[in-house]
Amino acid sequence: MEKLKIRNRLAKDKAMLWTVCFFAALTAVPLFAILGEVFLRGYDQFSWSFFTEPTPTAYKAMKAIEAGKPIPGGIANGIVGTMLMLGMAAVVAIPIGILCGAFLAENPKNRFVQTVSYLTDLLQGTPSVIIGIVVYIWVVVPMKGYSAVAGSVALFIMMLPLIIRSTEETLKILPASLKEAGLALGGNRARVMLKVQLPAAFGGIFTGVLLAISRVIGETAPLMFTALGCSFIRFAIDKPISAVPLLIWEFFNDPNLQELIWGASLFLLLFVLTLNLTAKYLAKKWNQ
Amino acid sequence: MNDKLYKILLFVAALIVPIVCGGVLYALVTDAYEAFEYFGFFNFLTSSEWSYTEGAEHYGALPFITGTLMTTLLALVFCIPFSLPVALFVGEYFKGSKVASVLSTVTDLLAGIPSIIYGLWGFYTLRPLIMALNISPQGSGILTASLVLAIMIVPYAASLSAEFIKMVPNDLKEGAYSLGATRAEVIRKVVFPVAGSGIFSSYILAIGRALGETMTVTMLIGNTNNVPDSITSTGNSMASIIANQFGEADDLRLSSLIAIGLILFLITAFINMIGKIMIKRARIA
Amino acid sequence: MESVTPILEFNKTCVSYTKQTMAVKYVSAAIDRNTITAIMGPSGCGKSTLLRAVNLMHNLYPNIRVDGEILLNGENILSMEPIDVRHRVGMVFQRPAPFPTMSIYDNVLSGYALNGIRLSKTEKDETVERCLKNVALWDEVKDVLNKKGTFLSGGQQQRLCIARALAMKPDILLMDEPTSALDPIATAHIEKLMLELQKEVTILIVTHNMGQAMRISSKSMFMYLGELVEYGDTATMFSNPSDERTKAYLTGQMG
Repeated sequence: MEKLKIRNRLAKDKAMLWTVCFFAALTAVPLFAILGEVFLRGYDQFSWSFFTEPTPTAYKAMKAIEAGKPIPGGIANGIVGTMLMLGMAAVVAIPIGILCGAFLAENPKNRFVQTVSYLTDLLQGTPSVIIGIVVYIWVVVPMKGYSAVAGSVALFIMMLPLIIRSTEETLKILPASLKEAGLALGGNRARVMLKVQLPAAFGGIFTGVLLAISRVIGETAPLMFTALGCSFIRFAIDKPISAVPLLIWEFFNDPNLQELIWGASLFLLLFVLTLNLTAKYLAKKWNQ
Repeated sequence: MNDKLYKILLFVAALIVPIVCGGVLYALVTDAYEAFEYFGFFNFLTSSEWSYTEGAEHYGALPFITGTLMTTLLALVFCIPFSLPVALFVGEYFKGSKVASVLSTVTDLLAGIPSIIYGLWGFYTLRPLIMALNISPQGSGILTASLVLAIMIVPYAASLSAEFIKMVPNDLKEGAYSLGATRAEVIRKVVFPVAGSGIFSSYILAIGRALGETMTVTMLIGNTNNVPDSITSTGNSMASIIANQFGEADDLRLSSLIAIGLILFLITAFINMIGKIMIKRARIA
Repeated sequence: MESVTPILEFNKTCVSYTKQTMAVKYVSAAIDRNTITAIMGPSGCGKSTLLRAVNLMHNLYPNIRVDGEILLNGENILSMEPIDVRHRVGMVFQRPAPFPTMSIYDNVLSGYALNGIRLSKTEKDETVERCLKNVALWDEVKDVLNKKGTFLSGGQQQRLCIARALAMKPDILLMDEPTSALDPIATAHIEKLMLELQKEVTILIVTHNMGQAMRISSKSMFMYLGELVEYGDTATMFSNPSDERTKAYLTGQMG
């Protein structure tokens, strides 16, 4: 039938399919380009001392470069700082986030619940650099100095909405019968939440926490104004401290230390992507 | 623990969200006040001068507002030709298949890469390329930053759009096929119109992410403080000027930077709110 | 003397979802022009699957296979281009689904829009009026043609979907339980409509409602577990079924 222009239309249909496939496949290019570049330039920096020694001073690095030797030292100060701040942030954010998520899931939609829900979205969407400014005003100025505490407050604020949302969503998709059965057996609401709902929701919440950690672990901007950075390994929480992304930023800006960029980036990238994939894998497993 | 105590505990925990948000706004407003008072609110927004010579200090946000808008919109333009095909691939053509989940994993991983690493890649790979292609002599600038920003927001726009494309009822698609339409025609005349508002809102949320993106832009935009006159020129975004100068600023400059932070916060909050409202509407419809 | 080619003929038609399970097994039957033929059977008997195969709906789902022949005016549609087949075979689905982004007017013309066929303004107006009159919807909607199709009631939406299919002037109209989502009054409306329409188009309808089959169809098929058990005059089948399984179904002893 001529008026249907079948051939023409089928050609267009095919063209569309191939265009979609082509551009969709192109999207994978940056991922592999980035992974490839960071891996190829960074893997030979991995050594025992890279993970156990702190960053060298610019002077030491310069000396090493002049002598034609590899830069001594590593990123241990950053790893310690990241772990310390992340640990402090997580210890506070996880329980509060879960309680708050439970609040949103358990209560009917009144005005307060909706406000909290909306503000959670607001917090999640707030650019991290602004969280940095605010924590600077809240913590750094009153404490008269940059500190690990300030850095962890910033990470806490960024983790909180993510944990709240994942808890809320997981609790909401649990079958209502679960809660009802618990209540029917005579448990009070707190007990049912603790013994029935939260264990059932554990998978989803755990995944959410992993994703929240992977999201904030690479954050640089908010730590620049709060933790500042530090060139040696330190466990004090009231003093400036380093973090892996902060080190990358330092290396980026210091010509003497540029050799270390790729090792540090590879470490960060592997850490983040492993957490990410683990979370996705667990989510899939628990969903079945 | 009795029910009452439990309820109170949850309520107290939930209070922390409004407290933090209120605190954010309060801190920004009080510390930005000095700059607004000194220059006048409207003047601060429209002045394009940013000079910290002592005695003749003058700070205006216009270069950075322009820089942010330019990078964001350009990133959006670059992002659409990739995110839309990804969304169609995952949500329509290969819905539920193994290749679709592979592509989803790829975009998820793209979303997981920290912004500082995007910045490095942009700086060491894309920037030399831009120089080699003679697009701009210094390599960094609005265009370079936008290109990397586009890659960063593709996953968000794509996964959300795919969700809406998936939700287009099968009844409608079969109805269209039964009338003789090809798949391309079904997508253009049924899937897009039906999923349109959802797809649109996912781009609004992608804009919300691009607005506040800091490290990538800071590393690639060239860090100059005048209003950019073309897409290849250098500039600064609101987030990047803060990242660049916050550490060394005090007094009036610090307050001006915080004022820029406040403006950025309000713009982002506004865009995100619109996006969320639209998404909710699109989900109900 | 009555050897006119049947408009539609199934010839050992098989439909399978997986290699092991066949949803439709070796169905052979000829459908006469300008008749209403009902396909009945318990749920899962393959009646919808068979109907959908006539519109090549299985082409949308890569794992479904159709074997044998389905002849439309003597031509095997399984080797024809789906666009062409669907242009000649209209389909109405179980749930009314007018395109929600199109007006009533555009919904009627959606087949033309989807196929990229341009009509002049007068052709459009004529088609819309003719088709909506055909489905007895014209008087109800002629003043709100620019409203979205989803504003209509369920029964009206289904009639709109029939109008949409009729607009393409198909040889055959397939109806897949078209009234199962509707109330009795809307159902009665559509049944009356079908009796009118059979002057212009051959109707093949899947129904689980025996009363409906009896009221509207001249011929009936009874399918069970993918097989065509019995095919013949509706009246004969209902009064004197030749197969035990048909009898069990018609007397309500089977789901």
